[in-house]
Amino acid sequence: MTPLFDFWAAHAAELWRLIGQHVTLVIVSTAAAVVVGVPVGIMGARRPRIGGPLSVAASIIQTIPSLALFGFLLPLPLVGGIGARTALAALILYALLPIIRTTSAGLRSIDPAILEAADAMGMTSRQRLVQVELPLALPSIIAGIRVAAVIGVGTVTIAAAIGAGGLGEYIYRGLSMVDATVILAGAVPVAVLALLVDAVLLVLERAWSWRSRGQKASRVAVVVLLLAVATGVALTAYPQDERIIVGSKNFTEQVILGELTAQAIERYAGLAVDRRLNLGGTFICDRAIQTGDIDLYVEYSGTALTAVFKRPVVRDPKAVLDEIRTLYANTGRSMLAPLGFNNTFAILVRGEDARARGLARLSQLSAHTPGWRAAFGYEFLERPDGYKGLAATYGLRFSEPPRVMDLTLIYRALADHQVDVVAGDATAGLIEALELSALEDDQHYFPPYDAVPIVHSATLLRHPEIGAALGRLAGRVTAAEMRRMNYAVDGQRRDATIVVREFLDSLN
Amino acid sequence: MNAACYTVAPVIEFDRVHASRGDREVLRCVSSHVEAGETLALVGRSGAGKSTVLKLINRMLEPSDGSVRVEGRDTRAWDSTTLRRRTGYVLQEVGLFPHMSVGRNVGVVPTLAAWAPERIAARTHELLELVGLPPAEFELRWPDQLSGGQRQRVGVARALAADPPIVLMDEPFGSLDAVTRAELHVEFRRIQERLRKTVVLVTHDMREAFALADRIGVLDEGRLVACDARAGLQASSEPAVRLLLEASA
Repeated sequence: MTPLFDFWAAHAAELWRLIGQHVTLVIVSTAAAVVVGVPVGIMGARRPRIGGPLSVAASIIQTIPSLALFGFLLPLPLVGGIGARTALAALILYALLPIIRTTSAGLRSIDPAILEAADAMGMTSRQRLVQVELPLALPSIIAGIRVAAVIGVGTVTIAAAIGAGGLGEYIYRGLSMVDATVILAGAVPVAVLALLVDAVLLVLERAWSWRSRGQKASRVAVVVLLLAVATGVALTAYPQDERIIVGSKNFTEQVILGELTAQAIERYAGLAVDRRLNLGGTFICDRAIQTGDIDLYVEYSGTALTAVFKRPVVRDPKAVLDEIRTLYANTGRSMLAPLGFNNTFAILVRGEDARARGLARLSQLSAHTPGWRAAFGYEFLERPDGYKGLAATYGLRFSEPPRVMDLTLIYRALADHQVDVVAGDATAGLIEALELSALEDDQHYFPPYDAVPIVHSATLLRHPEIGAALGRLAGRVTAAEMRRMNYAVDGQRRDATIVVREFLDSLN
Repeated sequence: MNAACYTVAPVIEFDRVHASRGDREVLRCVSSHVEAGETLALVGRSGAGKSTVLKLINRMLEPSDGSVRVEGRDTRAWDSTTLRRRTGYVLQEVGLFPHMSVGRNVGVVPTLAAWAPERIAARTHELLELVGLPPAEFELRWPDQLSGGQRQRVGVARALAADPPIVLMDEPFGSLDAVTRAELHVEFRRIQERLRKTVVLVTHDMREAFALADRIGVLDEGRLVACDARAGLQASSEPAVRLLLEASA
């Protein structure tokens, strides 16, 4: 338990901000769902022909997995994009069903004699609704709101994938770092929040039920108190001043690079920065930077060429950079100077072998491979820029066909002498830790994956100091430095914020 | 002097009224009338069309043919809200609003009619006194804290609250035990002695009809087969009437 409390203590300010965002998202989405859902529920009870299909539609929405729903919403105008807006749209859609259902059910379960009496008293349809039906259905409606809000607390967690903030950020960060402490740092408060929301709404349900015979004043007091708390939370969670928003994809190196660019802007440009780290992949990051939902993230040149712009593979690093610089510049995004390292495939051997045989370049490898065993990831064996071309380019032949092995195990297998050559990730922290050696791709077989900061052009025009601040990083992040930082976070379980701060200190 | 002054115009008139519920014709060619201050009981077996008659009077239903007139005007010409506020209504299931105190239940119609709060309070007290429920004890109670008989008294008070000239009662004492029912019969006669409302009361019990009503209409499969005072009815040879009389003998 101690590491968990240590983590919370070290991130207290951030923790409160994330809790604030989480609660705000739940409150705003539930409130909006009430505004939409209760009238639909009323219609469902009165005119089943209109309300029925709406209720079915809400049921269908409920069955869409939340990550998929975010995916559907992302490209839409108005509700789409990354950040709280899309998350709210999805959360509202999810909250609708329980509210519509319980509103309809609450209204339909009213004793017909009571409704007949109301009609016979000469109540108009509106008077009957307001004075009789809604008060009697209220406990049922609030029960639905309670269900919606508790579901919402869980669903908001997933919203961190599209940069909406909230406690999901810790869960995603923990997942990408394979660090149970960080996952728990988010998951535990989520569970506590769910219980708390349930309890608070139960109190509300009791206070507002006609069965409780509560006094009007105390009922109103409960609601006013809740609204005040909600407003306070929202104001602290979403500061209003302009801030630069830095995004990142959802794996360790990207989180470190996000933190690195964010700290560089804070340090050298003196601007306030919000972090939207752990966004769910290249597509989401790219969309976000086009819409300006984020101002900056770090992309890899080869990924930009093939995945973002769908161009064929080019192997010359400079040609790739030139091509994507133009492509980005023409579409409202600006590419800054490369950070220095190339996150490409790396062909690895044990450091001792490299030293003993003077191995440094791939073109030297074919002399040794006939007696060696190799292991590659499944993807590397299959993809066009993978094993086949590599073997052809460098004339490699092995004593037995290469083994297929999971990427997370491959470094350890090499260090343990199970195999002699593997293909890994050039910036994997374990290369340093296990004393492995990467051979230089001297024929330029692998396409380049140079890390380059991509900035929303309008932001760069408003704040040219961002360009200057990130320019100070240009060429300074070598593959060795990146491996060291990856290992510090992944292998030594150190906090990315601190690792990055130390790195920046060392640059001066 | 004008001749009209000598004739009391009937408060409620049915003129060859037919009525349907869904595809089923539940009233066939019913013609009758109720005088001011008179209590008319409608008797008949279940499904004979008794409740339909009540709902036609306050326009919760409209006739498929013929016309129903209240105070000389066709119900279809009445604004139904106005008509219902002039027509007290007492149901067998009472239908008290469970989320309102006894006092507020009684004050519902005056509140809808936007009476001043003090006037509503005074009227509520007066009516609770009238139906034998001391306001000090009962006004702030809740419907589920009352016995069946007390609830029905509240139902009667609620129906009378805005002082409607007409009161419709749909088997008001049907679900009560015999002792409570007898007690409420006495109360009904006492109240009606004082207020002289025009009352149409539905019951399946001929003895209750004899005990409470000036005249009794007998409905059989949607037809009004007899409408007369006690003595006339007892002399009737109509089979449906004989059957009801024998059942309650």
